[in-house]
Amino acid sequence: MRIADFDLYKDMLMKQSGLTLSADKCYLLDSRLTPVAKKWDFASLDTMSVALRGMPDPALVKDIVEAMTTNETSFFRDGKPFELFKEVVLPYIAKSRSTQRSLRIWCAASSSGQEPYSLAITALENQHLIPGWKIEIVATDISDDILEIARKAEYSQFEVQRGLPIQLLTKYFEQNNENWKLKEEVRNMVKFQNFNLLNDMATLGLFDIILCRNVLIYFNEETKKEILIKMAKRIPSDGFLFLGGAETVLGISEDFTPMSDCRGLYVLREGNYDMEALEKSAAG
Amino acid sequence: MKFCLVVDDSRVVRKVARRIVEGLGFSCDEAEDGQKAYDACQGTMPDVILLDWNMPVMSGIEFLEKLREMDNGSGPKVIFCTTENDLGHIQRAMNSGADEYIMKPFDSEIIESKFVQVGLMEQAAE
Ligand SMILES: C[S@@+](CC[C@H](N)C(=O)[O-])C[C@H]1O[C@@H](n2cnc3c(N)ncnc32)[C@H](O)[C@@H]1O
Repeated sequence: MRIADFDLYKDMLMKQSGLTLSADKCYLLDSRLTPVAKKWDFASLDTMSVALRGMPDPALVKDIVEAMTTNETSFFRDGKPFELFKEVVLPYIAKSRSTQRSLRIWCAASSSGQEPYSLAITALENQHLIPGWKIEIVATDISDDILEIARKAEYSQFEVQRGLPIQLLTKYFEQNNENWKLKEEVRNMVKFQNFNLLNDMATLGLFDIILCRNVLIYFNEETKKEILIKMAKRIPSDGFLFLGGAETVLGISEDFTPMSDCRGLYVLREGNYDMEALEKSAAG
Repeated sequence: MKFCLVVDDSRVVRKVARRIVEGLGFSCDEAEDGQKAYDACQGTMPDVILLDWNMPVMSGIEFLEKLREMDNGSGPKVIFCTTENDLGHIQRAMNSGADEYIMKPFDSEIIESKFVQVGLMEQAAE
């Protein structure tokens, strides 16, 4: 691919989704966009690049953006964050929201749904902490294709064996030939919608907990900063944020600070937490 | 070092499984049917057993039931590893005292994920 064409895609992806493409990722453009060019009946990637320099069809741009996203995910990915959710965050919120008896969670780059569904299952498994509460899990992603897969909630044998304990598989899934479909009870707890993290988040409302895992790694510093500034405004003064294992707020966000001994869990620096209760749930 | 017994009538599967569990830092022995596995357990009780279902002489489920009746038989974590992939088989295995269940084909990631779940090892940091 010519350098000018590489820059064309690089700028487009930065503007549309925040994805930062370094020069060594040129091969990724080739391998992922060649099928898009084929789908749109261009003779080659080069002819598609020429067409994009004119007035690009928004649907084509969307296809390009979606083709370049990485959707890698799994149930209970990394384990630890879901333990923290169950052992630290839920017990704390069970107290702090005991009058409202409601809990709102935002899963900010939900991919094919394993992450929000893992949260829903954890909430169901720990109902004794939040009996009869209203639980709303909002799961968003930039890709309509992946959202459709997430809503379907049907996973291959391979996917359900990564991270999902067998007891939870038999309890919450129904077998459908080679695949496993999540039961309605769990599916109904999660609302999926398309949302671009570069956009204004105010329309989404407030959340007690935000998960934004394994997506910031694809963005540059400036974009990460902007997203974390906006997210700090989406949680109340005693809310929580989870980031992925390779992500941090250090040097990026003034608003959030890591919770000690709770890897991946962040609280507001200027927040208003019942520290005693928080430390008590953190100590188990 | 923790010790894993791989029970499968296919030599190829045993070899693949052995390579994976040794890669995870376990020592490993093999048995080609339930009876041989039972004999092996009377010698040394493993920390974990990867267990096929359909085998000549003694099936995996028969072995599991006999194992759980042995003196130290509740010790090992038993993970079924079989092509039987229907709910009925899974439930029967769990009711007979299995700890986890892998539906073949498997890969190292699945075995590692299951070893973490039954508490044999820590989740690797990313
Ligand atoms: C690697 S997956 C992470 C899935 C899940 N959070 C996890 O940790 O397993 C990254 C997801 O981020 C989505 N994504 C990328 N850029 C985005 C953006 N600007 N706005 C919203 N979602 C985006 C991708 O479509 C993809 O599904």
